[in-house]
Amino acid sequence: MIENLDMSLVDWSRAQFALTALYHWLFVPLTLGLSFIIAIMESIYVRTGDEFWKKTTKFWMNIFGINFAIGVATGIILEFEFGTNWSNYSWFVGDIFGAPLAIEGIMAFFLESTFIAVMFFGWNKVSKKFHLLSTWLVAVGSNLSAIWILVANAWMQNPVGMKFNPDTARNEMVNFWEVLLSPTAVNKFLHTVSQGYVLAALVVIGISSWYLIKNRNVMFAKKSIIVAAAFGLVASVNMIGSGDNSARDVARTQPMKFAAMEALYEGRENAPLVAAGVLSGKEQAEYRKKDFIFKIEIPSALSYMVHLSPDGFIPGIMDLIDGNEKRGILSFSEKANRGAVAIETLRELKEAKGKDEQRYIELKQKFDDPDWEENYFQYFGYGYYKGMNPISIIPSVSLTFYSFHLMVGLGFMFIIFLAVILFFSVDNKLQDKKWLLKLGIIMVPLAYVATEAGWIVAEVGRQPWVIQDMLPTVAAVSQINVSSVQITFWLFALLFTALLIAELKIMFKQIKLGPKDGGK
Amino acid sequence: MRKVFKKVFYLYYDGFRNMTFGRTLWIIILVKLFIMFAILKLFFFPDVLKSKFASDEERGNYVIEQLTKPKINNND
Repeated sequence: MIENLDMSLVDWSRAQFALTALYHWLFVPLTLGLSFIIAIMESIYVRTGDEFWKKTTKFWMNIFGINFAIGVATGIILEFEFGTNWSNYSWFVGDIFGAPLAIEGIMAFFLESTFIAVMFFGWNKVSKKFHLLSTWLVAVGSNLSAIWILVANAWMQNPVGMKFNPDTARNEMVNFWEVLLSPTAVNKFLHTVSQGYVLAALVVIGISSWYLIKNRNVMFAKKSIIVAAAFGLVASVNMIGSGDNSARDVARTQPMKFAAMEALYEGRENAPLVAAGVLSGKEQAEYRKKDFIFKIEIPSALSYMVHLSPDGFIPGIMDLIDGNEKRGILSFSEKANRGAVAIETLRELKEAKGKDEQRYIELKQKFDDPDWEENYFQYFGYGYYKGMNPISIIPSVSLTFYSFHLMVGLGFMFIIFLAVILFFSVDNKLQDKKWLLKLGIIMVPLAYVATEAGWIVAEVGRQPWVIQDMLPTVAAVSQINVSSVQITFWLFALLFTALLIAELKIMFKQIKLGPKDGGK
Repeated sequence: MRKVFKKVFYLYYDGFRNMTFGRTLWIIILVKLFIMFAILKLFFFPDVLKSKFASDEERGNYVIEQLTKPKINNND
């Protein structure tokens, strides 16, 4: 059943997708959050009529415009890659991806493109209230656009609301609302956008802190910090809540990822939460196990977080490989056997089609049988690993563990920072606190590190699956020449780096000019 | 109605005309879109299934063939 596939094709295709996704994500979160900060500032302007707020809004609008212009359409490259590098996957997902992405395209075009023009060109040309409405619609529109792509991603992490059609090898959406409102999608959306809000708040604070250190645009910087810190603090409450829900959802739907996030090899009740730890560089052959050199644990916290009870059982990597009868966990080999049956059934069905009608109907009925679907088709992807070393289905534990803890650690640090800077801002003592202002500048790159780490947890942690339990990367990849993937990898690296340099250069220039001279 | 169209036209016209650093951004956007669609998409990113097969049925059959012949290199 198993032939040789050049793994470098899979690796290069994955590397290329990771590169484009990570670069694309450098531009997106600032757009999501800054659009709301601008809308809040303009609301204050319309309410008070104070020209100071108009000038403040306009400056941040320019920063938003730079980021938007450089980042716009960078996500399209990911869609190119779906069609070229991941054609099996693109076909297999069927209309599940098509519908949300089509809605995203339409919404982005009408809401963002139309009202962005009014937002930038409409000062003094449309009424204040209509201009404000346009600014809010840009904010809402850009965030609504994010819903659809995140829904599509959530479906890959937790495929629901679809039915596999064995004749076409495509998944067909049977319940749009189940896809849209699955807990995975809702938590992913809330967590992703709220971290975008926190990032944008930190960017505004970072730039404003620089002005305060330089003793320039003092009032502008102080007021910007108050708005951004308050906005960021409110968003961070949502970030914690949705992050907590998201982790619980991962524990339920992607237990291997969850175990990797905590480097938990042996499942247990009263499982502790690793607050911080360092993994050994040495990897044991079995389970690719890595021991902790040191760790700080919170007793029973992981069990409590998932089950809301300290006695709750959390499966470890070994339980998910060897199975745990007592806990109703199937072993890897059993899942692989069942998956192989599902693959073989699909192959037989294709062969029987048009040749042996009775056999065809018999096999087709299996795909319509909920029991067969639950006991066999659910493990379709595992079938590719039949007879293989089970470590093939263990994601990179080190990368997932460190990325997760980095994201969480930085997230909590941001909250404390936002609370402290808001406190001193309201107290009007911020200018004396140079250390805090310097910290404000340092927080900007850290916010980007945290947001990228979050995506690494989500995407590396779910390996080897493109679609959880259904389609591994090795089966999703197109049979194309590896050298063409290598060429485009470097082309993208070049293009995106150039875009990033352009963005930073233009942005730094605008920041240096400051709010008074910020043009259109 | 004509008045509205005229107003919309001048909103964009004046907006673009009075741009300062926005011009640089537009140049970047246009160059980027050109590279993406006229170079990358055209020469490096063909839709594999669309370019190989004429109908959805053929595409489906090909993918089933691919999916039912797993190709994994067990290098562990």
